[in-house]
Amino acid sequence: MNRLVFLAPVALFALLIGAFAAGLGRDPSKLPSTLIDKPLPAFDLPAVRAGDVGMKSTDNIGQPHLLNVFASWCVSCRIEHPVLLQLKAEGVPIDGLDWKDEPSDGQKYLIDQGDPYRLAGNDKTGRAGIDLGVAGVPETFLVDRKGRVRYKQIGPITAEDWAGTIKPLMDRLRAEG
Amino acid sequence: MKRALIALLAVVALAGPARAVLPSEQLADPKLESRARAIGAQLRCLVCQNQSIDDSDAVLAGDLRVILRERLLAGDTDKQAVNYIVKRYGHYVLLNPPFESQTLLLWLGPALVLVMGGVWVGLMIRKTATTPQPSPALTPEEHEQLRRRLDAESAL
Repeated sequence: MNRLVFLAPVALFALLIGAFAAGLGRDPSKLPSTLIDKPLPAFDLPAVRAGDVGMKSTDNIGQPHLLNVFASWCVSCRIEHPVLLQLKAEGVPIDGLDWKDEPSDGQKYLIDQGDPYRLAGNDKTGRAGIDLGVAGVPETFLVDRKGRVRYKQIGPITAEDWAGTIKPLMDRLRAEG
Repeated sequence: MKRALIALLAVVALAGPARAVLPSEQLADPKLESRARAIGAQLRCLVCQNQSIDDSDAVLAGDLRVILRERLLAGDTDKQAVNYIVKRYGHYVLLNPPFESQTLLLWLGPALVLVMGGVWVGLMIRKTATTPQPSPALTPEEHEQLRRRLDAESAL
């Protein structure tokens, strides 16, 4: 036994390397949301689409849905957009928060790229997004029927993210009373 | 020439680190502004992580600088103003992490490693001190070798 003690530093070193290796795989831009299991912060935003009513935080209560933060100037939003359109076709309610954007630019974006949103609100100053803890777009919140945030996706939703992570969560929220 | 050199050195010595705080963002009250600077230097920019919001040119950092100043103007204490931002972005924005259950390992880890190392060294020292290695007795052949060498040396 005593002869094996000299292996202890080697084991410690292996442990350290393991910790570093695990850390390498983590994306430091993906921060945990402070809003998980908390109600959406209050917002009352003007419309993105001409002749539309805009979006209030209280409008969102009633059924589980996604709140997608996007912007016309955001490149990865364009990558995500076809996935959102596909989700809309599947009947998933998605609300859009147009972050730090001119309403006219946001509207043009939805006309050019397609419009996946049930409700859409313009957040020109970015304050509503900052209240949500948005650090960059796109970010998407999964909100339950009581208006509480249950999950946050940072970066574009891919088909895999939807099928593997978000849809199972949403199915669970739909089953909740 | 000498004067020019001194002037140059003075400029270099007096130049502070470049900050991203824009003139338009600054508060008229120098006291409030200096509080805002002290807080801003301690808040992490979410876009260029590892820069403070005072150092970062990111638009979001500018927004947070403005929000911070609004909170101070509204009468918030430093702590309340910081909490306003922490509530939205989490403890991650604090460049100086607080001492709490989640950061115990971060704060106490180095001391823990030092203690473990000390215990290890102590054990090693005690082991060598309490068990002195007795040198084995010489065999008759070795005695003979030694005698011959000593004889050869004294014959010189």
